[in-house]
Amino acid sequence: MLEIKNLHVKLEEEDKQILKGVDLSVGAGEVHAIMGPNGSGKSTLSYVMSGRDGYEVTDGSIALDGADMLEMEPEERAAAGLFLAFQYPVEIPGVGNMTFLRTALNAQRKARGQEEISAADFLKLIRERAKELKIGSEMLKRPVNVGFSGGEKKRNEILQMAVLEPKMCVLDETDSGLDVDAMKLVADGVNALRSEGRSFLVITHYQRLLNHIVPDVVHIMANGKIVKTGGKELAMEVEENGYSDILDAQNETGEVV
Amino acid sequence: MALPQAKQDTTEARLAALTRPEGAAWASTARDAALARVREMGLPHRRDEYWKYTRPDGLTAPEPAPAALFSGDEQPLFSEIDRVRLVFVDGVFDPDRSDDPTLAGVEIERLQDASRADIHWAKEVYGVLEARGQVPVQRPLAALNTAFATDGVLIRATGKAERPVSLIYLHESETSDAILHHVVKVEPGAELTLLENGPAAARFNKVLEVEVADGAAFHHVRAQGRDHERQAVTHTFARLGRESTFKSFTMTANGVMTRNESVIELTGDDATAHVAGACMGDGDFHHDDTVFVTHDAVNCESRQVFKKVLRNGATGVFQGKILVKPEAQRTDGYQISQSLLLDEDSQFYAKPELEIYADDVQCSHGSTSGAIDETALFYLRSRGLPESEAQDLLVLAFLAEAIEEIDDPAIAEDIRVRLEAWLARRRKD
Ligand SMILES: Nc1ncnc2c1ncn2[C@@H]1O[C@H](COP(=O)(O)OP(=O)(O)OP(=O)(O)O)[C@@H](O)[C@H]1O
Ligand SMILES: [Mg+2]
Repeated sequence: MLEIKNLHVKLEEEDKQILKGVDLSVGAGEVHAIMGPNGSGKSTLSYVMSGRDGYEVTDGSIALDGADMLEMEPEERAAAGLFLAFQYPVEIPGVGNMTFLRTALNAQRKARGQEEISAADFLKLIRERAKELKIGSEMLKRPVNVGFSGGEKKRNEILQMAVLEPKMCVLDETDSGLDVDAMKLVADGVNALRSEGRSFLVITHYQRLLNHIVPDVVHIMANGKIVKTGGKELAMEVEENGYSDILDAQNETGEVV
Repeated sequence: MALPQAKQDTTEARLAALTRPEGAAWASTARDAALARVREMGLPHRRDEYWKYTRPDGLTAPEPAPAALFSGDEQPLFSEIDRVRLVFVDGVFDPDRSDDPTLAGVEIERLQDASRADIHWAKEVYGVLEARGQVPVQRPLAALNTAFATDGVLIRATGKAERPVSLIYLHESETSDAILHHVVKVEPGAELTLLENGPAAARFNKVLEVEVADGAAFHHVRAQGRDHERQAVTHTFARLGRESTFKSFTMTANGVMTRNESVIELTGDDATAHVAGACMGDGDFHHDDTVFVTHDAVNCESRQVFKKVLRNGATGVFQGKILVKPEAQRTDGYQISQSLLLDEDSQFYAKPELEIYADDVQCSHGSTSGAIDETALFYLRSRGLPESEAQDLLVLAFLAEAIEEIDDPAIAEDIRVRLEAWLARRRKD
């Protein structure tokens, strides 16, 4: 599904290398988790995947089902099935949440050569999905993320994901800022979307989320690289001992971190 | 005090090109007084304090610059609204193309006819609000209008109007120079909605005087027409009585020269006045909103909401003032003017002013100028919206606060559709 090879990324404006050769392969239907210290480049990876300005790819590639993502505009990547749940969802005053979602869904359908969804069908779809995430109709009517609490914003990201039904979902710290119940809701939302044709890349600092969304593979990212890959027990190890053991082991093998 | 020679020359040259209409004594008296005001003030000059950002030359020249006619076949604005249409062609009322005025359920008369009557209610308003509005800021082009307006309507509502009165300004001659003067009186407890749309003429000078009596409500929505080369100067003078409401919204999406002045006086307690504008300008578009709100009564609310989207070197101007007189306690005044600059060539000049003499007052004002929010743009695109569509959505969101000032949902939707169409046309360029 997702193939990232030797990805090198620097900031466009300054001479700062952030990703230093990321290799990552996520198969169809798999759930991968990425953990790693603050500033290691996790969000940068997610932004570069979705095509945000300000970064320059100096080497490597990103492919989704064989299609070269780096050649595409952000909206083309979305239409190709990529979705990023933002670490910091953006507030957009003046644009209603519903209008935004319907416009987005129809834009994607149009790009894929499908018919636009009718207003009635859309209403039915969004009501269903919102209900599952305990998002009230009042929140749907408000402008996108404006006046939403931190947890509401995160749930709103998952609502968008549930409505847009992407095949590659990247969740950047969707669990941070959520209370225990909200985390359960979000995890249930994600689990409900798990299917053979849909993959997830879950960026998180806490093993707790991974109790709910059980990953197939866990990666540790440090200083712009994936430094260790393992099963779900790797997350437990991080939770108990932090990153120092892993990073030290890495140092002993001669890697510069 | 003698006027500077250049100003006097400009004024006399303009006056020489005009003919004063005939009328009964009350009308002639009003016109003579207005003409005297024009001569005393002189027509605006670039160096005048309130003409610093807008060149008055085209508006004061003896003859108008020609303006090409727009030959689009789009459905006219407000087509779906049940209203009484009064059509003016290049500034001349055309009864054949208009609806039966009695259908509005209010008194409607043509200025020409009313000005020949010996006694008329309009005597208390015509030129009166304009004259009051000359202090402390001079508005000579409005006085010129009072003296020389050849046509216009006088509307008097004594109850709730059955349907909106819709003034439609067609532009059919490339060199027309139109001067229209309308007077509206909304009697105690009455309600009226006035719609205006169309480019009107190559050059258009329009005055609207509105007296809103105690407990009355006046709603005003206008759109200033497609013809890009047209020039317009408009003045809206309003005087508000106790517990009355005045709401005015203007959309402008074309025009090389537009100067819209609003002069509003809250003279009765608990009155509400809202003035709003949404404008979108491209290229040599120049648009100026000059607003003066005077609070002269207790517990009144006023709002000014002006939004401008500018691209390709377009220019926007906002000069807005809230004056709170000493006795106007518990005043709630709000003023915001914002521009969204879609490129670095466009410019926005803002001059927000507050002058407050009462102590129990809540007044806020703000003016901003900025580009499209790149983070928001990326967020929308990451959800699948093409860049142009995402940008349009943000532009409309920017204008939303002004459009929200329109109370009638169908009219607001009509305006929104127009703004979307304007954006869509530019997308194809
Ligand atoms: N636009 C930018 N300008 C300057 N520095 C940047 C920019 N984007 C990323 N960085 C830097 O790149 C590094 C990686 O940042 P990134 O946000 O990807 O980290 P992260 O792994 O997501 O961290 P966290 O766990 O705190 O979210 C940091 O040092 C950050 O300061
Ligand atoms: Mg991050």
